[in-house]
Amino acid sequence: MATDPSFGAVLRRSLVAFVLLLGLAVQAAADTDTLSARITALANGDFATKEAIIVELAAMGDAAAVPALLAFGNGDLQIRKSDRKVIIAVRDGNLLKAVDPVTGADLGAVDSGALDRIRVNNNLRRALRAAVGSLTLLSKDVTVRRRAAESVFKSLDPTALETLDQAIQVETDERVRRLMVQARAAAILQTDRPETEKLEAVAIIAERGDQDARGVLSAVATSSEGEVKTRALAAIALIEQSLVMWEAGQNIWYGISLGSVLLLAAIGLAITFGVMGVINMAHGEMVMIGAYVTFAVQEVIRTSAPWLFDASLLIALPLAFLTAGAVGVAIERGIIRWLYGRPLETLLATWGLSLVLQQAVRSIFGPSNREVGAPSWMSGAFELGGLTLTYGRAWIIVFAIMVFALLVVVLKHTAFGLQVRAVTQNRRMASSMGIRTTWVDAMTFGLGSGIAGIAGVALSQIDNVSPNLGQSYIIDSFMVVVFGGVGNLWGTLVGALTLGIVNKFLEPYAGAVLGKILVLVFIILFIQKRPRGMFALKGRAVES
Amino acid sequence: MARAMPLGLGRSGVAFLVIVAAAGVLVPFLNLATSVDSPWHVPTTTVVLFGKYLCFALLALSIDLVWGYCGILSLGHGAFFALGGYAMGMHLMREIGSRGVYGNPVLPDFMVFLNWKELPWYWFGFDQFWFAAIMALLVPGALAFVFGAFAFRSRVTGVYLSIITQAMTFALMLAFFRNDMGLGGNNGLTDFKDVLGFDLQKSATRCGLFTLSAAALAGGFLVCRAIVSSKLGKVLVAVRDAESRTRFIGYRVERFKLFVFAVSAMMAGLAGALYVPQVGIINPGEFAPANSIEAVIWVAVGGRGTLVGAALGAVVVNVGKSWFTGALPEFWLFALGGLFIFVTLFLPKGLLGLVGTRRARPPEPPAAMPAPLESVVDRRAAE
Repeated sequence: MATDPSFGAVLRRSLVAFVLLLGLAVQAAADTDTLSARITALANGDFATKEAIIVELAAMGDAAAVPALLAFGNGDLQIRKSDRKVIIAVRDGNLLKAVDPVTGADLGAVDSGALDRIRVNNNLRRALRAAVGSLTLLSKDVTVRRRAAESVFKSLDPTALETLDQAIQVETDERVRRLMVQARAAAILQTDRPETEKLEAVAIIAERGDQDARGVLSAVATSSEGEVKTRALAAIALIEQSLVMWEAGQNIWYGISLGSVLLLAAIGLAITFGVMGVINMAHGEMVMIGAYVTFAVQEVIRTSAPWLFDASLLIALPLAFLTAGAVGVAIERGIIRWLYGRPLETLLATWGLSLVLQQAVRSIFGPSNREVGAPSWMSGAFELGGLTLTYGRAWIIVFAIMVFALLVVVLKHTAFGLQVRAVTQNRRMASSMGIRTTWVDAMTFGLGSGIAGIAGVALSQIDNVSPNLGQSYIIDSFMVVVFGGVGNLWGTLVGALTLGIVNKFLEPYAGAVLGKILVLVFIILFIQKRPRGMFALKGRAVES
Repeated sequence: MARAMPLGLGRSGVAFLVIVAAAGVLVPFLNLATSVDSPWHVPTTTVVLFGKYLCFALLALSIDLVWGYCGILSLGHGAFFALGGYAMGMHLMREIGSRGVYGNPVLPDFMVFLNWKELPWYWFGFDQFWFAAIMALLVPGALAFVFGAFAFRSRVTGVYLSIITQAMTFALMLAFFRNDMGLGGNNGLTDFKDVLGFDLQKSATRCGLFTLSAAALAGGFLVCRAIVSSKLGKVLVAVRDAESRTRFIGYRVERFKLFVFAVSAMMAGLAGALYVPQVGIINPGEFAPANSIEAVIWVAVGGRGTLVGAALGAVVVNVGKSWFTGALPEFWLFALGGLFIFVTLFLPKGLLGLVGTRRARPPEPPAAMPAPLESVVDRRAAE
């Protein structure tokens, strides 16, 4: 080992990375026996025989041989004297631990006196390097190649240059090729190649522009001089700037995502509370009903028509709207219409109602969380620049916007919406014009409740479906509506998104709980300043 | 109608005080002086249970003072109750001393467990009973004062006020759930040993606390009566019924509201402080908005704006709760929820209103007035 210490150090460093390959290698391991047989054969024979075996191992193209080859290069591949078995000796504190070279299984502690080292010379080392490189960088499996390129990039291994050049030549996958070029650039910076080549390398790494690239460049900046150093520093500054931007972008995304959830939960309330002035504390339970409708639909589909599963949410939507809407109409006819003009009594009665509904659901479906599955088109994630976005969240955002748009259209461009607005603005006049105000009341309340129901379908995808589902949203929903301004749908939209984004930007600094507390305190203070919310109704309709 | 009675107590008020005083004396007597198998014996568990109800009655009284007489529907009074409870709990925690699991003479167990090295500053003084007692009143009072000063000055009224009081107690609940608060996180404060040297497990201590609670309830009732029957009380009722008109007449409405809100919060704090040694635990669950709303329904059940009714409602609902959760746990929420709906729809004056109408007495001050004008976003008659 004394002949080439840096090689050993580098290999040891990359060992960890390469061991990760094992996971993949296990499935690819076509014939472990042949592999073990070949490795066992390394125990005997002269250097030439060993070199031949190494070439054979490389030719097998099985990445499972990589740990053994790496250990061989380090001089850690040893022979147990008792049974002449080839093992990898791993230092474990003051002891040595024997590890099976192929399976990685722990074979127990060994004494160094009980081992014979398999000797290695420079010739063999070169062969080993080539073999490891070709097993990983030249592997047939594109994932193995990509991971190898990534780990070379992180390990800054200049000895891999030769193989990298070879691999870049034959690489067919464009993304892996780019990774290899970047890995090559990182490796070049560790050598004493001419400055022009190094500057080119810095440019290539700077283009990569992520956390790892910054790590490589800062290592370069500390170890090099002159132009290379200044370029590296400049590149680091640029990368940091873009990382901050991506991070902000990620926060905005999370914020919009949370905001759309708040919007969904609050938008039904914006109708019942905002437009009708009814405090419906059972609003959260309408959301819960929607979620349980989704659960019920999925249960039926699971047992009788599994092939429909992907459409379960689409089937649940109208059902949830109708169920929650019907419950809403019943509530309006049964309770709320007797309490118009007495908002505090309405609040108490609907709170009582929410308890009844919760207990009813608990009695029917049981108190525990219910499993609502995600259809295939809602699972998974996609990448956008430096952002990782999940499809589920993306769909919920889209859905929230659609519901909002639908509601605006209903209220602004339909006869029903016109009647709702007329009754809201001047009940008696509307009545004189022949509008059945009681019918409009019931339908408006039903609409608000139905919207809450379809919000429940969406929320069942991201929250636990339990009898307490609604309670966790009721305070948030009221906050959104009050913050945005009562009686104004656009206010609800802006309020929900603002609160969502503010919450997510506070979270990294204050933590999730404290962030939420701060938001609540902020809203309480905000209401002092603007008791009617951001977009307050003006004029006589407000009545104070 | 109550001119003949001192302090304008009224017949029901005198009856209430007599009953509370009698209970405060008789119940401990029947617990301590009779043998266990005597038919007159009151078991200690019952003493504790009713001691709890007395604290709830005091809480209900404090809510009735602001809601029934000033039209402020606070959905956050549970927060004041819990803060009073935490103040007392902190004292009881300190009084455990080195008898805790970890035997640390200064730090409570949960702090030792979380590797705290010293008491946070806000724990200082709580080793003294008098300090804790003052804090149990002062902290809720100060919070109510600050909160009310903001809210009333900005004329946040009606449902908006209800919603932000709810947000307040919700925010406090989240805060107290945090371990960083230094108040026990979600386990809260518990494992109390004794108060002022009296062992909390002993029947005699329990009875003493019961008597104290009865005295506090009677005292709270007298204070409330004094407030509502004074000229100040008349202004409060005026604010409840027509806030703008009262303001235009020249009263500084927000000051009256602030005063009564702070007094009410202090009463709630006292109730909490008496509650904690009796139940032996205080945790952030007490801040849950649901608790505050439940307390409001006690008042509505008994009869809003009657004081006696509020206390009565608290006891009746809680006796019902104890019975239901024991006999038919499934149906408690149905019963409670149904009660909310039934009372608001059919019993706007509560149980006392029921008694009052049957006797057809001369009209009392309306118990359940329509909400103040300002709170009605869209005022309309039931059609």
